[in-house]
Amino acid sequence: MKTLVAVKRVIDPYVKVRVKSDNSGVETQNVKMSMNPFDEIAIEEAVRLQEQKHVTEIVAVSIGTDASQETLRHALALGADRAILIRSEKHLCSLNIAKILQKITLDEKPDLILMGKQSIDGDNNQTPQMLAALLNWPQATFASKLNINGRAIEVTREIDGGLETLAMDLPVIVSTDLRLNEPRYASLPNIMKAKRKPLDIIELDSMGLNLKEHIQVLTVTSPPTRSGGVKLNSIEELLNKLQHEAKVL
Amino acid sequence: MSTLVIVEHDNKMMHPATRNTVAAAIQLKENPVLLVVGHQCQTVAEQAATIAGVHAVWLVDSAVYAHQLAENISELVIGMASSFSAILAPASTFGKNIAPRIAAKLDVAQISDVSRVIDQNTFEHPIYAGNAIETVRVLDSIKVLTIRTTAFDSINAEQSPCCIEHVDTIIESTTSKFVRHELSRSERPDLGSAKIVVSGGRGLQSAEKFKLIEELADALGAAVGASRAAVDAGFVPNDYQVGQTGKVVAPALYLAIGISGAVQHLAGMKDSKVIVAINKDEDAPIFQIANYGLVGDLFELVPQLIEQLKKRA
Repeated sequence: MKTLVAVKRVIDPYVKVRVKSDNSGVETQNVKMSMNPFDEIAIEEAVRLQEQKHVTEIVAVSIGTDASQETLRHALALGADRAILIRSEKHLCSLNIAKILQKITLDEKPDLILMGKQSIDGDNNQTPQMLAALLNWPQATFASKLNINGRAIEVTREIDGGLETLAMDLPVIVSTDLRLNEPRYASLPNIMKAKRKPLDIIELDSMGLNLKEHIQVLTVTSPPTRSGGVKLNSIEELLNKLQHEAKVL
Repeated sequence: MSTLVIVEHDNKMMHPATRNTVAAAIQLKENPVLLVVGHQCQTVAEQAATIAGVHAVWLVDSAVYAHQLAENISELVIGMASSFSAILAPASTFGKNIAPRIAAKLDVAQISDVSRVIDQNTFEHPIYAGNAIETVRVLDSIKVLTIRTTAFDSINAEQSPCCIEHVDTIIESTTSKFVRHELSRSERPDLGSAKIVVSGGRGLQSAEKFKLIEELADALGAAVGASRAAVDAGFVPNDYQVGQTGKVVAPALYLAIGISGAVQHLAGMKDSKVIVAINKDEDAPIFQIANYGLVGDLFELVPQLIEQLKKRA
């Protein structure tokens, strides 16, 4: 079976982001970028399924500027067989990203689509569910365990009160939670090999999609800062402060 | 035109997050309609009908909705959508699972984790793990929103019950089937809505020693939370996790014990009213946001705290 894995280039999770002074967004110039951590988990799961002979081909796809090629090369180094970049300079909302991925899905005909449950920049947690809706496929969001048996798949999901297991038939969309697996590191020979793997570039404008604008971003601001508090010396002092100053006990 | 609020519940009890979601709905438009979808969930509809300000409750009760699968709930909701200018759900795993599916079927955008309603088309929500706040205007005619419940005050006032209308649209999901639940059982208050939360991190060292956090929580009548490090180390189940990838809480009092304060964790608790940190590393980032900090060994300080609390009780 063929698997499509969607990956996104985002600001590295360990970078402290700074809001631009004109409130148009956050500073991305000269900032370290990485593959979205949830997408690394998606790639890792696809590779493990390939190692277990469930998956025959892994196609990594990303939408973005030329710089996203770097993210796709990383996916190839981790084990994807080939990659597709949909090149666009535009800032796209989740729905338009889902529409682009719908088109790619109709062209590539995968049986399984793996995606991170959310990107750590927009924090939306929308695209997998939207893609499932557009394709009319079942969705298994926030997955922490997959069990494939022929065309049947059982997915354990992380929900607020614990875990939930659903059963569905392929094709399906799975969005990955952090506990699904521990992603591997790309070895140097694999990084070298990845340079020779195919990476196709498709111009978004050539895809014939009619993407309308759904959202306007008005401003991006810094959250209110908390004033640094005080350090206390004893438990007695803490309890007194909580009782009489903060009045929360 | 009115606002539809999708009620989260377990077929027996309405989830308290509904009261916060209704608060957001009322800011948008008068007369919210609450949708209860499930199986043998009449009592949930009755609870929803008494929330002050609720105009009507629509009840869809059938065995096919027992597990509230995204595939059938979303179809049901889009069939109703043309009567509403906004569709709201709490930004819980329940709401996050279904809202984007509804939005895509309606060909409209969805705004996640709305923390402030500016007007009927303009909303604020946090991005980058809460390190920036984005203000967006939605250009679509129907707004699909998930509500950050900690950002809206719960409506606890009651009214004489509004009318409960039965809807009998049955949409069976043929593609997805429920297999089983494994729910964490707890006598303590719900993490998402507790007034006090006590969280433990890697500093607790083991699942055995994490019991100290539970003891403290019981002495305070608090919910128990954890950092991702504590969850990954296997001290507690993952649904205890507070952070960008876990639950977002904003209690009156948050005690972070043995937690360094990584960005991912802060995203889930930095809107708490009062934050207390107990950590042996005086340079831990958690001290930069804590109102009160104690530098020291948690295995000495926490038992003292429990003892003092018991004495005061």
